Amino acid sequence: MKTGLTPRQALALRRHLEGGLPLVSRPYQALADRIDADEDQVLGQMRQWHAQGLFRRVGLVLNHRALGFTANAMLVLDVPDALIDEVGQRLGRSPDINLCYQRPRRLPQWRYNLFCMVHGRQRDPVERRIKALLEEHLLSDLPHQLLFSTHAFKQCGARFAAASTGAPHHG
Amino acid sequence: MDLDLLSRQLMDRFQHGMPLCPEPFKEMASVLGCDEAHVMACLHAMDQAGTLSRIGPVFEHSRAGASTLAAFAVPAERLHQVAERVSQYPEVNHNYAREHFYNLWFVLTGPDRPHIERVLDELEKDTGLTPLDLPMLTAYRIDLGFPLGETP
Repeated sequence: MKTGLTPRQALALRRHLEGGLPLVSRPYQALADRIDADEDQVLGQMRQWHAQGLFRRVGLVLNHRALGFTANAMLVLDVPDALIDEVGQRLGRSPDINLCYQRPRRLPQWRYNLFCMVHGRQRDPVERRIKALLEEHLLSDLPHQLLFSTHAFKQCGARFAAASTGAPHHG
Repeated sequence: MDLDLLSRQLMDRFQHGMPLCPEPFKEMASVLGCDEAHVMACLHAMDQAGTLSRIGPVFEHSRAGASTLAAFAVPAERLHQVAERVSQYPEVNHNYAREHFYNLWFVLTGPDRPHIERVLDELEKDTGLTPLDLPMLTAYRIDLGFPLGETP
């Protein structure tokens, strides 16, 4: 589909989107004005990116700490390589878990290869939920650690577009 | 109009998706049976209160560029100084202190992997600390928004 945006306009649009939509009646028109394009072109580009899977979702992005979800635990497990997909998929289906990723080990400094995020309002219930979850999945014997966050120094949307004028990278 | 109630409805309804059309706030209002001005006032209030980070797309890391989770083991007395240095980078979007020997964890995103490596190299030179560099290999569950549960 031809959208009409030049690569430079598309890159500029992405940079603006990373900061969020402007809170005005016609946000895509406002973005179009900033990049010297039409509202239709911007919406067309948005739909195309959406269809291509560039977005996980488009919606309200909440700050869970400001909402009172301050008990934020990163559960890390050392899962045998042969079991990682099975364990990752099982834990990833749990409603208690927000994110579940495999990451590389960095031996000898770091042995853990499965990362799960669990959020809650208070620490004790989060600890209990994780303990119950590991028991339920018979994973309590795997080496694991729970890393609670104690302070958020920075929390904002990701910036993928380079500040310089590079070509956009769509993986 | 009860802004608390409206903000709950907006969060429940539009965290995972919102209309992609010229007047999205009007469309959201019509779904919730109120008017656009209320929706916009409520979103503005949430933004001011800090509960709303932003409205719009959450980019898919693997397609939108490169990213990694990185960590430093920072001596306690240097934690704030190093954290500030890390946060200065626009490439850093989350930067948390955590209870662990590796006590500073941050997410780096950039247009490509060499860009990420340049930032990590700079940080290592600046701080004298060696980062753990843990790019995602497989996503078993991605962040699809935040389950608010029943209690406000």
